[in-house]
Amino acid sequence: MNLTLKIWRQPDAVSAGAMHTYQLADVSPDMSFLEMLDVLNEQLNEQGEDPIAFDSDCREGICGMCGLMINGDAHGPEVTTTCQLHMRSFSDGETITIEPWRSDAFPVVKDLVVDRGAFDRIIQAGGYVSVNTGSAPEAHSVPVPKDDADRAFNVATCIGCGACVAACPNGSASLFMGAKVTHLGLLPQGQPERDERVVNMVAQHDHEGFGGCTNIGACTAACPKEIPLDVISQLNKDLRTAIKHGH
Amino acid sequence: MSNDSHDMDMPDTVTSTEASLSGSLDGDYDDAAGYYTPGTPLVDEKAPQGPIADRWQNRKFEARLVNPANRRKLSIIIVGTGLAGASAAATLGEAGYNVKTFCYQDSPRRAHSIAAQGGINAAKNYKEDGDSVHRLFYDTVKGGDYRSRESNVYRLAEVSTNIIDQCVAQGVPFAREYGGLLDNRSFGGVQVSRTFYARGQTGQQLLIGAYQALERQIAAGTVSMFTRHEMLELIVADGKARGIIARDMVTGEVQTHLADVVVLASGGYGNVFYLSTNAMGSNVTAAWRAHRKGAYMANPCYTQIHPTCIPVSGSHQSKLTLMSESLRNDGRIWVPKNQADCDKDPREIAEADRDYYLERIYPSFGNLVPRDIASRAAKNVCDEGRGVGPEVEGVRRGVYLDFADAIDRLGRDAVANKYGNLFDMYARITGEDPYSVPMRIYPAVHYVMGGLWVDYDLQSTIPGLFVTGEANFSDHGANRLGASALMQGLADGYFVLPHTIRDYLADGPFEPIGEDHPAVVEARTSVTDRIEHFLSVNGTRSVDSYHRELGNIMWEYCGMERTETGLKKAIDLIRGLRDDFYRNVKVLGTSESLNQSLEKAGRVADFFELGELMCIDALNRRESCGGHFRGESQTEDGEALRHDDEFAYVSAWEWAGLDERPVLHKEDLVYTAIEMKQRSYK
Repeated sequence: MNLTLKIWRQPDAVSAGAMHTYQLADVSPDMSFLEMLDVLNEQLNEQGEDPIAFDSDCREGICGMCGLMINGDAHGPEVTTTCQLHMRSFSDGETITIEPWRSDAFPVVKDLVVDRGAFDRIIQAGGYVSVNTGSAPEAHSVPVPKDDADRAFNVATCIGCGACVAACPNGSASLFMGAKVTHLGLLPQGQPERDERVVNMVAQHDHEGFGGCTNIGACTAACPKEIPLDVISQLNKDLRTAIKHGH
Repeated sequence: MSNDSHDMDMPDTVTSTEASLSGSLDGDYDDAAGYYTPGTPLVDEKAPQGPIADRWQNRKFEARLVNPANRRKLSIIIVGTGLAGASAAATLGEAGYNVKTFCYQDSPRRAHSIAAQGGINAAKNYKEDGDSVHRLFYDTVKGGDYRSRESNVYRLAEVSTNIIDQCVAQGVPFAREYGGLLDNRSFGGVQVSRTFYARGQTGQQLLIGAYQALERQIAAGTVSMFTRHEMLELIVADGKARGIIARDMVTGEVQTHLADVVVLASGGYGNVFYLSTNAMGSNVTAAWRAHRKGAYMANPCYTQIHPTCIPVSGSHQSKLTLMSESLRNDGRIWVPKNQADCDKDPREIAEADRDYYLERIYPSFGNLVPRDIASRAAKNVCDEGRGVGPEVEGVRRGVYLDFADAIDRLGRDAVANKYGNLFDMYARITGEDPYSVPMRIYPAVHYVMGGLWVDYDLQSTIPGLFVTGEANFSDHGANRLGASALMQGLADGYFVLPHTIRDYLADGPFEPIGEDHPAVVEARTSVTDRIEHFLSVNGTRSVDSYHRELGNIMWEYCGMERTETGLKKAIDLIRGLRDDFYRNVKVLGTSESLNQSLEKAGRVADFFELGELMCIDALNRRESCGGHFRGESQTEDGEALRHDDEFAYVSAWEWAGLDERPVLHKEDLVYTAIEMKQRSYK
């Protein structure tokens, strides 16, 4: 199929960017979306134009490195990562608009590449269990009810891609934070630091410039791992509890 | 082989089909003569002695301690943040050392350990099914086709149980039973259930655990993290590894980072094949730059090829996706008997016209033959022209994996329960519904057992350079068991390296070196010269086009089956292509900003040199073992034939210069706790 691509180009973090239009012919429906961009880049390289910078690594939907706004949707029209989106989801003659994640807390590095370091700093603020190597008790010494373990796993599948933030009209990272707070809060190992964890993560979240949550739900609709919206309720509940405990 | 250790009383799981065979070679014929220079034998000076079960305890005791007050004066560089790197960085940070950690991705959580699906082995024996440290050790050595180092593998099995404890304490949500205890499954053909798992995303959960431990240390100030930084050179000053040259991939700044010790946890080099299940950015540069500075590269030809991947759909293909091998438990593999049927709808091909070739050739194991046998058989039928699916460059490379019988027998719901997520993944990528149309699969490069040579302490032949995880060679021999890659990465990072590195650091801090040290200047100049060269060629071909062509050569001649003629041809082709690359590559843009073509150019340049060495290594090893199959070394039935009398050694290659013959140092493999056996799956 033949496509018209409108793509955000921005040489670096400080320069202004703009949309550029490219024509791409003979796109196979079996290509992944990123392979389509690879083909465009080969074409640009041949023409002597700087290839478009975009992030990707595993290309199997698990590392969380890729992520584009495609026709205004984070990761495009399907519930999956950009790397797992295929061109059969588009039609011949279509115009596709491609932009980087939209969020002040994710500044553009170049073209479609953004800086998501804020997510790492939120984890640094408390998204862990403090256990030094070698000090762990025998794994079976603490049973965990299967339902809790399963639910903890389901929310721990967050890949940290940032689609939730990109989709949110407020630019909030509450789904990302809620997933981590819920994961560790469901497990006995996460209890000792539960209060400080949520307080410190939320403080870091606000410090990074992410917006507040107004329960719109665009985050969970865009999430390729289908993290449910109620992790945000859990986040709010844990925060209330921590404040009640004097934090 | 004698079996004289105190472990003699351990039961043996060798099946009766295994025969103790050993072939012999015709005279002194050396396939690789003229391609390498024989070197002196290599001995692991740190190899521990005594009963195998005591060796690691003894080494830990003998390794010198570093006073906590001195630790903060000692600095450690770690390259890579996968399981092996993140776990080491967290642990050494907790211990109080100054750690600097580097990754090329935007966050340490992206490292490709995250993509591992199946699970992690540990000898907990929670199922009371006869598992033990010794049995995990035994299975791993046997799985490696007796080409791994006995002491290292025993240690791996020994610390495996600590890994599970550590991960559970971190909050890794492993699968559990209704009683709240951890669930286990049997994996990769072993007869005990020792694999811990988190649905099909075990690698992700373990990596997030290690990542969180690492981020905690970053917050504590013990670890400095450099994301989007790529190591481009190793600094070796006065005989010791003392730092790295790294490029800030955002600003293009070439930076010098100095330390008392350097750890490479930079992963495997499967992307030398261009198409593999590795991440797009996985590369050999950190390891290869160290190799060029004196670190020996061991067994580079040992590659694991996984039989159940989604086939290539066209020349645009950028990577391959693995599907769990468990599919072979219920799916039946076949191709049409007649070439004329290859482009037909498979549902319209009569039963009598189908060739269930694995069931035909290997009646007792059928579709469950080991990975390498299943892979080779698929290639053979496709080479015969009986492959299915789209033609890519004139050949159909795919075979059917058919669930029609399983759906008839078990019902669609039962099949969906077992394999639903895999079927969904397949449907998303191919656009076909595997419930109604047979899946198509084809083998793909998945893991490399070869890597930088290390001693028992995980130290390379360069003092002060340690290598962990997939980047080293030590534990998997010629083939790796399923669910053992995660085990090795975390064993090295959490429980092995932190003990062995202290013995080296006990002599530090070493005399500081400045940025004007000749070794630093030389390393920096070499990096900047290379970057300038790539940007100044201004040729006609993209980096990717060279990479793809190199990958085709490697896959064709150094893939599932290697022959003397093919390997020699590959070496010529690689040398020619490499020369053309340096003269004709086209890299646009500048070095002062994010430039993904420039990054790839450096990696592909190193893949050329590695690819040539892999072929020479494969040429030298005129035997079939594990993932390495030499056409010249097979039984009458076409099965792999090992030659223990000639090849029971580790091939450790020393760099001799570009276009010079590499030097081969052999480390003899001696087994005292285990007896070498030849396998058979007929």
